[in-house]
Amino acid sequence: MSIINNINKAFDHRIRLGIMSVLMVNDYADFKMLKEMLGATDGNLASHTKALEKSEYIKVEKQFIGRKPNTRYSATKLGKAEFKKHINALEKLIGK
Amino acid sequence: MESNKYLDDISEIKNMMSRSSRFISLSGFSGVLAGVYALIGAVFAYLRLQEFSLTDKVEYERRINSAPMETGLVLDLLIIAILVIIAAIVTGAILSIRKAKKSGEKIWNQASRRLLVNFCIPLFVGGIFSLVLIQYNISWLVASTTLVFYGLACINASKYTLGDVRYMGIAFVLIGLISTQFIGYGLYFWALGFGVFHIIYGSMMYFKYDRD
Repeated sequence: MSIINNINKAFDHRIRLGIMSVLMVNDYADFKMLKEMLGATDGNLASHTKALEKSEYIKVEKQFIGRKPNTRYSATKLGKAEFKKHINALEKLIGK
Repeated sequence: MESNKYLDDISEIKNMMSRSSRFISLSGFSGVLAGVYALIGAVFAYLRLQEFSLTDKVEYERRINSAPMETGLVLDLLIIAILVIIAAIVTGAILSIRKAKKSGEKIWNQASRRLLVNFCIPLFVGGIFSLVLIQYNISWLVASTTLVFYGLACINASKYTLGDVRYMGIAFVLIGLISTQFIGYGLYFWALGFGVFHIIYGSMMYFKYDRD
């Protein structure tokens, strides 16, 4: 029962899964890197990052590199903990 | 049905984690070729050393009071080493770029940049340190020094590419340290490391990752 509870609906999408995976092993990733990694369109990626930001699983920082605006993302403590739970739940479900 | 989807999820997570943090298009075959170049270089170095020690015996008396003849020899060995390194780097770059294109991985991304930086830091430190050894005429330790620092560079870089590079690095550090106890056999250890180890680990990685 509790295993099913640990499956987090917020991660239940390929793009969101990808965003979290990249941010688990990299301190930061900018929009361009996530786009290249996941093969997503701008709009698609933006809506998924927004959803993860709303649940406070990722942090968004906007800054300027020279004159170009640059958005970079990082996983929050909460996000990392929740994603780990999610992975553990997945692994247990497969094991059965 | 459901568990299939979970399995896909897990493999997607693993794939993303390694693709975003590691440059996995490193060519194993280029390692084999680097080993071959090193062996060829070692043969030239060996011939040059033989030549030196022959004339050395004949002309020892005449030479002993003249300017150090070793400079010419050291310079020749240095040139051989630099040619080997350039050939190995160019081959490695070309084959890795080709492999990356095939698999659709970006060649110049965060992972490959980090790989390069972390590989180069110990490598350049080792290179400069070796030149200092030559400067002070401690050239018998140069072979050991290059082996140890190259091994450290591999260990450091392994976090950003195929994990197997780590074990090759450890092997290099070990024979580098062992070679310090066999002064005068530096070239043999050098050939064993840069030649034989590269060929062994390169072909292991080739069969594991390159072929398909």
